[in-house]
Amino acid sequence: MAAQAVLSGVGLSKSFGPIEVVHAVDVDVRPGEVHALVGENGAGKSTLMKMLSGYLTPSAGEVWLDGRPVSFRDSNEAESAGIVLIHQELSLVPHLTVEENIFLGREPHRFGLVDRRRAREETRRLLDSLKCSVPATRQVRELSVSQAQMVEIAKAVSRDVRVLCMDEPTDVLTGRETEVLFDLVKRLVADGVAILYVSHKLEEVKAIADRVTILRDGHKIGTYDAAELTPVEMAKRMVGRDLADMYPPKTAPPPDAPVALEIEGFSVPGFVTDASLSVRRGEVLGVAGLIGAGRTELFEGVLGLRPATGTVRKDGRVVRWRHPADAKRDKVAYLTEDRKGKGLLLDKLLRENVTLQALELFAKPFVDLRAEQGALRKAVEEFDVRVRDVAVPAKALSGGNQQKVVLAKMMLTDPDVVILDEPTRGIDVGTKRQIYFYVAELIARGVAVVLISSELPEVLGLSHRVVVMHRGRVTGTLSGDDLTEETVMAYATGLRSDVPLAQTRTSEAHVGA
Amino acid sequence: MSVPEVATAPTWRHRVRSVPWQQLTPLLGLVLLVVIGALIHPSFLTSTNIFNVLTRSAFIGIIAVGATFVIIAGGIDLSVGSMAAFLAGAMIMFMNAIRGDVSPVGAILLGVALVVVGGLVAGALNGLAITRGRIEPFIVTLGTLGIFRSLVTYLANGGTISLDFALRGVYRPVFYGYFLGIPIPVWVFAAVALVGAVLLHRTRFGRYVRAIGSNAEVARYAAIRVERVRTLTYVIQGLCVAIAVVLYVPRLGSASGSTGILWELEAIAAVIIGGTALKGGSGHVWGTVVGAVMLSLIGNVLNLTSVISEYLNGAVQGLIIIGAVFLQRGRQGR
Repeated sequence: MAAQAVLSGVGLSKSFGPIEVVHAVDVDVRPGEVHALVGENGAGKSTLMKMLSGYLTPSAGEVWLDGRPVSFRDSNEAESAGIVLIHQELSLVPHLTVEENIFLGREPHRFGLVDRRRAREETRRLLDSLKCSVPATRQVRELSVSQAQMVEIAKAVSRDVRVLCMDEPTDVLTGRETEVLFDLVKRLVADGVAILYVSHKLEEVKAIADRVTILRDGHKIGTYDAAELTPVEMAKRMVGRDLADMYPPKTAPPPDAPVALEIEGFSVPGFVTDASLSVRRGEVLGVAGLIGAGRTELFEGVLGLRPATGTVRKDGRVVRWRHPADAKRDKVAYLTEDRKGKGLLLDKLLRENVTLQALELFAKPFVDLRAEQGALRKAVEEFDVRVRDVAVPAKALSGGNQQKVVLAKMMLTDPDVVILDEPTRGIDVGTKRQIYFYVAELIARGVAVVLISSELPEVLGLSHRVVVMHRGRVTGTLSGDDLTEETVMAYATGLRSDVPLAQTRTSEAHVGA
Repeated sequence: MSVPEVATAPTWRHRVRSVPWQQLTPLLGLVLLVVIGALIHPSFLTSTNIFNVLTRSAFIGIIAVGATFVIIAGGIDLSVGSMAAFLAGAMIMFMNAIRGDVSPVGAILLGVALVVVGGLVAGALNGLAITRGRIEPFIVTLGTLGIFRSLVTYLANGGTISLDFALRGVYRPVFYGYFLGIPIPVWVFAAVALVGAVLLHRTRFGRYVRAIGSNAEVARYAAIRVERVRTLTYVIQGLCVAIAVVLYVPRLGSASGSTGILWELEAIAAVIIGGTALKGGSGHVWGTVVGAVMLSLIGNVLNLTSVISEYLNGAVQGLIIIGAVFLQRGRQGR
């Protein structure tokens, strides 16, 4: 073996109540390496990482630091030992500035007052060393997600980080931002920091990791040199079977399939300018573009979730939806990209979540709990929601299972036009495949599907046609031989366009807006 | 992946754990208070005393049923006490003014109609200012608190508005009367609580109220008309205030600038003691009823004993509010 491990887990197990979710896993990370943890959702990656970084106490097994067993009482103790976890949900204070965040809780003092000048200088030095151009005096809420993540990393580095644990760090980043992050990771590794890296994106893991540990259902399948495995082989080991057929075969819509939804000259102030597109029954229309291109805002405008102008036709009839309830009446449903913030009542039971959007079916006039329970049971079966006990709040489910519940909730309204916004974000390969096949089922039933996605393989794998957006404009509508990653990217980045692109931009590309 | 995990039949341990112990704390508190009361004074458990307590809890209780809806939907209404005073003053003046033209019973019925319409309108104004005007509920109702309070003082010209003596005699039984051996205010309180409970726990509207309080964005994305539902919670609150006023006016037969002072805080306290989260999302009407009864029990128990001065009523109530919330939080933390 090369260098000695800085941090390792020996026979780590974790149970929540009677359920053991991680079973006696050994894992170690060495200075100057990126060690990736991969596995499907619910495989135990995050739990394992949290045990190593002091957020969870192992039910069995030990955490070793520098070859000696340690037990962290909480994450603060782990942090003072140089082990820092960067969350999926960032832990910065939105209303404080970058420097205030970086020095939060250990501000430099002078004469009993915070020494702002020193804090600023040190912050600037730190950000410079990370080649990060975020202004130190900007409030964190004004930053893009990727910038906020940089600040988070800077904060970790400022605390003499020895092991940096990153949980799905690129989930919310664009391609360019991911590159910047990877550069940063490489610099940290060169400085001898050990990186523990959880990701679903196997291409990325292949690109950045030195070693890979694969988990399945809480068991360790093995630790490999990243060079040994291709992404496909990783996926195979993750799910325990072959994934040759990730996408269902594409069946074209019948030639006489009518247009279900048509948008013309549609603008959402600040986000989208003069967008037009249409989707036919039985067709999957992909909507590609970089984050911030205005894809989500366009469809939120169409659904009446944002103020907007322009013409919308449903089945050839002009409609004006001022509220999602209007769209629902016209059988159009939208699956939000923000599952936790806009898709699920996390504290509420699955039953209440599943029926929320179509509650009128269960209230005549009193809500029929038994009928709701029946609907939940049907949804669990149809969408293959994996849960031991259905009487749990939505937050108890893994991301993939949550997404299935949101899908089920939307489908209870019996829509014939379905707009899916990042339907596979943050979920595992197996569930992704299930969702792809569900889309195929939908179009076979004559439903029109709009698929907004930042994952090009998925857009290309499912869509019959692809609309590409760039800075609030539809730059092209591609089909046939044009459906390649290169062409889509050319339109998405504005290198090519079928409409004249104005020099002035409609909006800053703020992420997560 | 390969292991199908189906829900298994509930075991007894499962069932014990599924009892919402946390939600039962208000009830346990009530039982405890009753036991203490019974030990302290022999007349505590007499029906006269119990009815007395329940009758006195009816005003706050009825208003608190409305507040349960507002708070669960993520709002707050600080104006209820002032609104009650204003409606009471307006009702008395209206009845006095028309007493010559209609029979006493007719005057009272018209007065009741006025109060109900007034309550609905006042609630709707609060609700619309909050939802359409997009102003914080705290701010809007703080404003209307001041407005209603000063309106009633203005109507009373700084003094007291008194109900005509003949009308008073006819109206009196609505507060002091009995039906089937139970005071009428207790019947009304029970009816309001029952209707409220059904509305909150068994209808779409109630489910929407809870969904909005839990996460209004999720509700909006689920095609729920969030603003309409929120406005309606304030309308319900206004109606509850009106019902309380209909019971209150015959009690004293007068209204003044100091009528209903701090009722809003007592109503909110009843809701919170009853286990409803102040941040919204979940709660129960029965809990609110228990909370309102507890508040008036505390005063009663203190009256019956000499150990603690009755002047400390507010302090004991305060401790119980804080304690109730603490107990309900207890196990949630981590």
